[in-house]
Amino acid sequence: MSKTLSICPFCGCGCNFYLVTKDQRVIGVEPSPKNPINKGMLCVKGWNAYEFINSPQRLDHPLIRKGDSLVPATWEEALKYVADRLNAIKSKYGPHSLGFLSSAKATNEENYLFMKMARAVFKTNNVDHCARL
Amino acid sequence: MAGLAATFGSGAMTNSISEFDEADLFFVIGSNTTAQHPLIGSRIIKACQRGAKLILVDPRQIQLASFATMHLRHNIGTDVALINGMMNVIISEGLYDKEFVEKRTEDFEGLESVVKKYTPRVVERISGIDANQIEEAARMYAGTKKAMILYAMGITQHATGTDNVKSCANLAMLTGHVGRPSTGVNPLRGQNNVQGACDMGALPNVFSGYQKVTDTNVRKKFEDAWGVDKLDDKVGMTVTDMIKAAQKGELKALYIMGENPMMSDPDSSHVELALSNLDFLVVQDIFLSETAKMADVVLPAVSFAEKDGTYTNTERRVQLSKKAINPLGSARADWEIICEVSRLAGYPMNYACPSEIMHEINMLTPSYGGITYARLEDSWGIQWPCPDKAHPGTGYLHKDKFAKGLGTFMPCEFKPLAEVPDDEYDFLLTTGRIYYHYHTGTMTRRISTLEREAPWSFIEINPADANRIGIRQNDLVEVTSRRGSIKARAEVTPRVPPRVVFSTFHFHEASINLLTNPVYDPVAKIPEYKGCAVKIRRCA
Repeated sequence: MSKTLSICPFCGCGCNFYLVTKDQRVIGVEPSPKNPINKGMLCVKGWNAYEFINSPQRLDHPLIRKGDSLVPATWEEALKYVADRLNAIKSKYGPHSLGFLSSAKATNEENYLFMKMARAVFKTNNVDHCARL
Repeated sequence: MAGLAATFGSGAMTNSISEFDEADLFFVIGSNTTAQHPLIGSRIIKACQRGAKLILVDPRQIQLASFATMHLRHNIGTDVALINGMMNVIISEGLYDKEFVEKRTEDFEGLESVVKKYTPRVVERISGIDANQIEEAARMYAGTKKAMILYAMGITQHATGTDNVKSCANLAMLTGHVGRPSTGVNPLRGQNNVQGACDMGALPNVFSGYQKVTDTNVRKKFEDAWGVDKLDDKVGMTVTDMIKAAQKGELKALYIMGENPMMSDPDSSHVELALSNLDFLVVQDIFLSETAKMADVVLPAVSFAEKDGTYTNTERRVQLSKKAINPLGSARADWEIICEVSRLAGYPMNYACPSEIMHEINMLTPSYGGITYARLEDSWGIQWPCPDKAHPGTGYLHKDKFAKGLGTFMPCEFKPLAEVPDDEYDFLLTTGRIYYHYHTGTMTRRISTLEREAPWSFIEINPADANRIGIRQNDLVEVTSRRGSIKARAEVTPRVPPRVVFSTFHFHEASINLLTNPVYDPVAKIPEYKGCAVKIRRCA
């Protein structure tokens, strides 16, 4: 078993806890006693913040729509398809025909890169996230 | 956020969580803290037990009510009137901080002339709160030096959300309760990294660190750093604008990373129409969410446990979260996916790890200038603004002057809810979260303990109303608004006042946002989740 310091993924408190792992599975959570926010305590969501990580419903490969259904695809196919379609739509209708919805659950680095992609790569300020909701 | 930025010059929580331990009074308005921010809620409870006062403003009898010195159960949507009433008392009784108002603020006269009309008697008629209680709350708040205002979505999720926030800011400035420890105006952010997503410029009008896209010098700085020319110089579309533009066929493609607007946005049948009207929809998520099911391409991302990265909590504290396990299956971290899409679209992005991305953020974002991985590894996080590596971070904002210089009073007039009950739709529906679940439930509803505690959707209804229409505990009821209809079980409880029903947006089986009213605050573009007219009946 090993323990890794992590931050609870739910509300904005930002409680610190250790993810307890065994054989590449997260098997539990232990609050961090020393940090200034939660001081060794957690709420019911925090104590249980690991079970969804190993959920059998996790997506583990890309999907591409074929007619009415989403079918498995390789990363190469899926990524190229995304880049090509976005470029094509941008050329045909202009950059403002594209929209980018970032995530209040992703990291700072990912939010930064996502807005950089919208702005530097696709040349639009149509980028937002659901802070309002 | 827009309201605080306009009055103070910064939209973030002014003070710190640890300062709660020294506060003598909490004014909590529109925050069900023990359910939404439990570890902050427990700090408030502890403070109350050592003698701190709590003025709770909430129509519902939430858990904090049992610890409150005063619980003001005002009519939904009358926050501006109530706060104006308190300010009326504070000014007319001379309880305001004259020195602070004179030296640190502007436009006091404007505030004075607006709140003059909101006498306790007038406000009693609007808010349903007894005039004596309004006076008492005003004196208690103004008379306590270490008084913190806390609010959450109960304030912002209104068509008048920006006015509600400005009113809180006006109240704090009037009494000088800002710029000192254990004071301030403290919006509690609802998601683990809302603050960070805003700080990083995942917003249509700013780059990271709230640097405006309309500023030529700012654009030049980013153009040079990113090696591109002609960055877009016009403010882009918000989420709600994008949904509308998709409906009209003006937005052709949408790339959604880790969000579920099919569940979280108001009037969801319209969201579904809008998304199906797109030429191309990409969804990047860890689960096949209701939104991902509509996508043309779904890209599997990893959870927080499978990657390194930083998150910024509600008190502006940037914290490092470390990778605990390898990615499941062939899933990839969001940052790796973004780099690949950008490369294939013709713009190489080369980062070996998230700390390299943070290095670029440090260079381009003044408030994050000194927040490096090396420092985060050795600490419990750093609160921005932190301009350089020697800076310790900032516990509370606006110490000697406001971020914008002088604080500006922005008086607001009371405006009623956009949709009020009538003969047919005779109840007011208000929405929120519960202790056991989070947001649209994609994570918490896959956790067995939480699902056992709260397995199904419910509608809270007052016993007097339930008796009148013949609804009993756990009866299946149908709730209908002008936009849609859902079925859920009745929870008969005095927690809600008469003529008000409450439910949550955690349950896709009874998605409450089929009912909510897509009217928005004109500035912040936040929908009015906290009040719309519905009718309710028992299912046969």
